[in-house]
Amino acid sequence: MSKLVVSSIGPASSVQDGGRFGAQRYGMPPSGAMDRLGLAAANCLVGNAVFAPCVEIGPFGASFTARDGAVRVGLAGAPRGADIGGRAIAWNASVTLAEGETLKLGMARGGSFSYLAIEGGIRGEAVFGSLSVNARAGLGSPYARPLQSGDELQAAPASGVPERRIDLPAEASGPIRVVLGPQDDEFGDGVKWFLDSEWKISATSDRMGYRLEGPAVTHLHGHNIVSDGTVNGSIQVPGNGQPIVLMPDRGTSGGYPKIATVISADFGRFAQIPAGTGFRFRAVGMKEAQAEAKKFAELLRSLPDRVKGIENFDLNIEALHGANVAGAAVNAVDAGTWQSPSPADAP
Amino acid sequence: MCIGTMAAPLSPPRLLPSGDAAITVEFARNIDDAANRRVLALDRRLASGPIEGIAETVPTYRSLLVHYDPTRIDFDALSGKLLELSLAPDPIIENARHWRIPVAYGGEHGIDLEDFAKTLRMTPDDIVAQHIASEYKVAMIGFSPGWSYLSGLHHSLQMPRRQDPRLLTPAGTISIGGVQTGIQCLAGPSGWHLLGRTPVRTYQLHRDPIFLLEPGDRVTFYAVDAKTFAEQDRAAEHGELIAEMMAA
Repeated sequence: MSKLVVSSIGPASSVQDGGRFGAQRYGMPPSGAMDRLGLAAANCLVGNAVFAPCVEIGPFGASFTARDGAVRVGLAGAPRGADIGGRAIAWNASVTLAEGETLKLGMARGGSFSYLAIEGGIRGEAVFGSLSVNARAGLGSPYARPLQSGDELQAAPASGVPERRIDLPAEASGPIRVVLGPQDDEFGDGVKWFLDSEWKISATSDRMGYRLEGPAVTHLHGHNIVSDGTVNGSIQVPGNGQPIVLMPDRGTSGGYPKIATVISADFGRFAQIPAGTGFRFRAVGMKEAQAEAKKFAELLRSLPDRVKGIENFDLNIEALHGANVAGAAVNAVDAGTWQSPSPADAP
Repeated sequence: MCIGTMAAPLSPPRLLPSGDAAITVEFARNIDDAANRRVLALDRRLASGPIEGIAETVPTYRSLLVHYDPTRIDFDALSGKLLELSLAPDPIIENARHWRIPVAYGGEHGIDLEDFAKTLRMTPDDIVAQHIASEYKVAMIGFSPGWSYLSGLHHSLQMPRRQDPRLLTPAGTISIGGVQTGIQCLAGPSGWHLLGRTPVRTYQLHRDPIFLLEPGDRVTFYAVDAKTFAEQDRAAEHGELIAEMMAA
């Protein structure tokens, strides 16, 4: 049995899959990948089920070493410089690490989370059908916590099949689309402020919630409501008027009014926005939001057909450039800011 | 021809979009036991007669959150079905399970009991006697795994949440916040008043069942001393339920 050893890794990196659904009624957060398209693309590159567990790698650099045999991996999500022993590796592609070889990944560029799939999947003990790590609830496998240097992931021996790349459509751009509600009537003019303003994601954000920095959104009747259920992308506004977008490790219920909800098709794109980058929201109707959800589902279904042989693949300049920064970036980890407790929704 | 008691017609709930893949079926804006009964009734109906496309439901005090797959059913179609089911007559539940749950009150187990009693001009013993005298209902489970919000708190024990929520409160904490009392399973933040601790794990991996309580279950508490708490805590650690189910 081969294994992939984590040689170095930054904070906010953990094993994640499609999520842990069916127990939100007991207070169990769903967890799961921040960007499902990145997760699915990485898995398709090595022939895994689309929502199989992957290593979700946070904004900083990481490196992985194959031990006891060769390991084949797929790389997708936020692009990074990647190299094996100085040889540049293409993004959105698979690669095989020979026994003893180390894959070095630089910092995420133009996004926050990348996905490393291991051919044959990651072995672990599923709870409610998922290996996804939720450190607060002591859940996740093979480690019920973010990954650390020295961690080992058991891997099937590399199959030796030719490497693959995946053609993804050009990334959507423009404002993050939201459906207003369920409590937009708690805000009055606050809705206009919310939609007309530019926002930035705070560096104190984490997998539970993204805190937004911008003008204060004021409530009509105060900021306490009786708790009700939350979803990925619920945008709740606490007393200080700074919205918090709830992410997959969210509490399953919350007691602040929710002004709007990020549409499911834009959730991964939203999750990838780096801290400090300006962006806007745009309200859309339910018909458009649900049409986009169908298009996104079709895109996920099309992924296996988008996987191609790598032989005609132009190794792009960006990948080569990125390879040069990969080594240095591993040292750029700032463990102090990215993860911090966010008790905003505490009873 | 209907003779005898005839219930007033039920008011329609508000059907609020929570994004493109969930609907909040809201029966009230405040904490309201009648609304909570309707939430749990709709939840049971959906469990016994599933609607194609619904993924899971999350009951809360005043609303039912219905997660669904928008590629299988759209907002308008699902709203119509949920509205219809919400207006069907509300059956009274008589078969809810009833649990007895031990609590070590005060001291290191409930650091707010003394101050809580002082504020209410009662003795700590009076607080405990009143807290164990009531029968509660699990109105909802939320925030973190197994965190159970109970309705039925006696009016004399109601008190607003603390001004300064604590960032870390112990696993098993029994507390009061506003008109509710609660059972917290995992250590975590809380702004409620900490009265005691139970050895009972409402959530425990590798135990059958993983989750002890269901929304709608009945709960009463009984007081145990620190020694009994420690013994029961060890047994609970090894997977014993400790909570006793009362005969119906």
